[in-house]
Amino acid sequence: MPVNADFQGRVYPPTETYTVSAAKIREFAEAVGSADPVHTDAAVARSRGYADVIAPPTFAVLIAQQCDAQLIRDPEAGIDFSRVVHGEQKFTHHRPLTAGDAITGTLHVDAVREAGGHAMVTTRTELATEAGEAVCTATSTIVIRGAE
Amino acid sequence: MAADQSRTEPTSPAVRTFADVAVGDVLPPKTIHIDRATLVRYAGASLDRNPIHWDERFAKGVGLPDVIAHGMFTMGAAATVVTDWVGDAGRVVDYGVRFTKPVVVPYESGADLEVSGVVKAVDPETRRVTVELTATAAGEKVLGRALAVARLD
Repeated sequence: MPVNADFQGRVYPPTETYTVSAAKIREFAEAVGSADPVHTDAAVARSRGYADVIAPPTFAVLIAQQCDAQLIRDPEAGIDFSRVVHGEQKFTHHRPLTAGDAITGTLHVDAVREAGGHAMVTTRTELATEAGEAVCTATSTIVIRGAE
Repeated sequence: MAADQSRTEPTSPAVRTFADVAVGDVLPPKTIHIDRATLVRYAGASLDRNPIHWDERFAKGVGLPDVIAHGMFTMGAAATVVTDWVGDAGRVVDYGVRFTKPVVVPYESGADLEVSGVVKAVDPETRRVTVELTATAAGEKVLGRALAVARLD
């Protein structure tokens, strides 16, 4: 089934709040091998001007991929998850994700296109605090491989 | 309760300043060894539990040569070359990559991800520096157009 081009331009309602924890930041930093104590030591983070420990630059994917799931799991979208590969990823940080942040994500489907027998879908997740402060823009392109 | 005198002050290397950076500067490279435990750890931390990243039988069943690393693991691990060099992970304001080849992670040998970086641009107006990263595994480039922008003082 081809990807449904009608989804281009669709904007989903903001997701439920995800609260960033110091424990998840530590676990994620260890998993990617980031030894910067700014992820694990609140005193270091405060000495650099942050309110608490901050997340590594790619941590936002954890929240963004939960937002993307709204599209990928929607049967109407026609995305076969077993054929999905990650093509591109980009983050623009307005400020670092910080322990204690209560974040919602708003998913935008920016592009749905076909090329060389494959479908490509570009999504953009705007992460903001519950109070409406923009924190991060995460842009992802997935490739859905065509059938052989 | 008395203040805890035994607690040492956090020692943190100085954060790099804009004046320290010039186009062409080479960042200290890093070789990151990846094995199945690395990927299981990342799967748990990131909540990306796709079995192609830890279950060899499943990966081969969907036509992959073996277990492959999460693209986002590679992107996150490569970022540490920039954040170690800057001295503060919170300084990265923009970071984008293309995933050009999967990192195949065999059970016995694992894989070595080699990451290097070079300063491509500096902007005195915004005090932003742009680093281009090169990441290879088994001799092939696994990231394309990998650019990280850091805002410095």
